[in-house]
Amino acid sequence: MTLNDLCQPLSAKVLCGDTDKSFSGVYVGDLLSRAMSRVSADNIWVTIMANSNTVAVATLTEPAAIILAENVDMPKESLDAATKNDITVISSPLSAYEISVVIANMTPENK
Amino acid sequence: MPDKVRFHFDVDGSDFSSAGAASVQVKKKLRQLAYPPEIIRKVSIAMYEGEINMVIHANGGVVDVEASDEEIVIVLSDRGPGIPDVDLAMQAGYSTAKDNIRNLGFGAGMGFPNMKKYTDYMRIDTEVGKGTTVTMKVKL
Ligand SMILES: Nc1ncnc2c1ncn2[C@@H]1O[C@H](COP(=O)(O)OP(=O)(O)OP(=O)(O)O)[C@@H](O)[C@H]1O
Ligand SMILES: [Mg+2]
Repeated sequence: MTLNDLCQPLSAKVLCGDTDKSFSGVYVGDLLSRAMSRVSADNIWVTIMANSNTVAVATLTEPAAIILAENVDMPKESLDAATKNDITVISSPLSAYEISVVIANMTPENK
Repeated sequence: MPDKVRFHFDVDGSDFSSAGAASVQVKKKLRQLAYPPEIIRKVSIAMYEGEINMVIHANGGVVDVEASDEEIVIVLSDRGPGIPDVDLAMQAGYSTAKDNIRNLGFGAGMGFPNMKKYTDYMRIDTEVGKGTTVTMKVKL
């Protein structure tokens, strides 16, 4: 399963980065120092926090993607930083909970 | 892995949006030097939290990192307000961050607990009105 497979079920818009990556595990949360210690490499990080500090945390923790819930958009300078650091950023109209449910249903190993 | 490599960074206290840049650079350098991923992860978390604290609580400062084949030593120094009660500041969830900073995602009060958890040694030297120096070591 790759990020590509999630895009349609999440009605997602890819804001930047490669969606050909596989992923495992999900972390949901907006507080950066909690995310810093809980997001593992190749996770999906679901958040509504979309600033350059989010990108810095992702650069250090290397999730497969940041999924921004509730149609949150990321400012251009943050997207530029994400692109530079090979971070995939996806936006979905669904809530963090709904996104998690969709992913859990598609990937039994993440349940 | 090299005998000993040193890095020095000035951390700008006026620009929240670039906060974390020094930690990102150290991570990239340690990766080039072929340090194990779990060591890089620990150093990244600990240094990031220290760097952010200098930016949001102390108006910036300097970071020195020394990496050898035995340990990685991170020293963060600032001339900020100092910490009146270190035991209190170390408690999970304790934060004096203001609303404008919380709105950016900071202020969980987990920075110091993370630094403690992901390092093998941590020491805080601080004096109110003078500044704070945090020393951390991650052993290989
Ligand atoms: N360099 C510093 N200078 C002065 N005060 C500091 C410094 N670092 C931390 N503090 C104080 O210690 C408290 C706890 O720091 P800690 O990093 O654990 O949490 P936080 O920075 O408030 O939130 P978080 O790190 O979760 O975003 C801070 O709220 C602040 O009062
Ligand atoms: Mg902090």
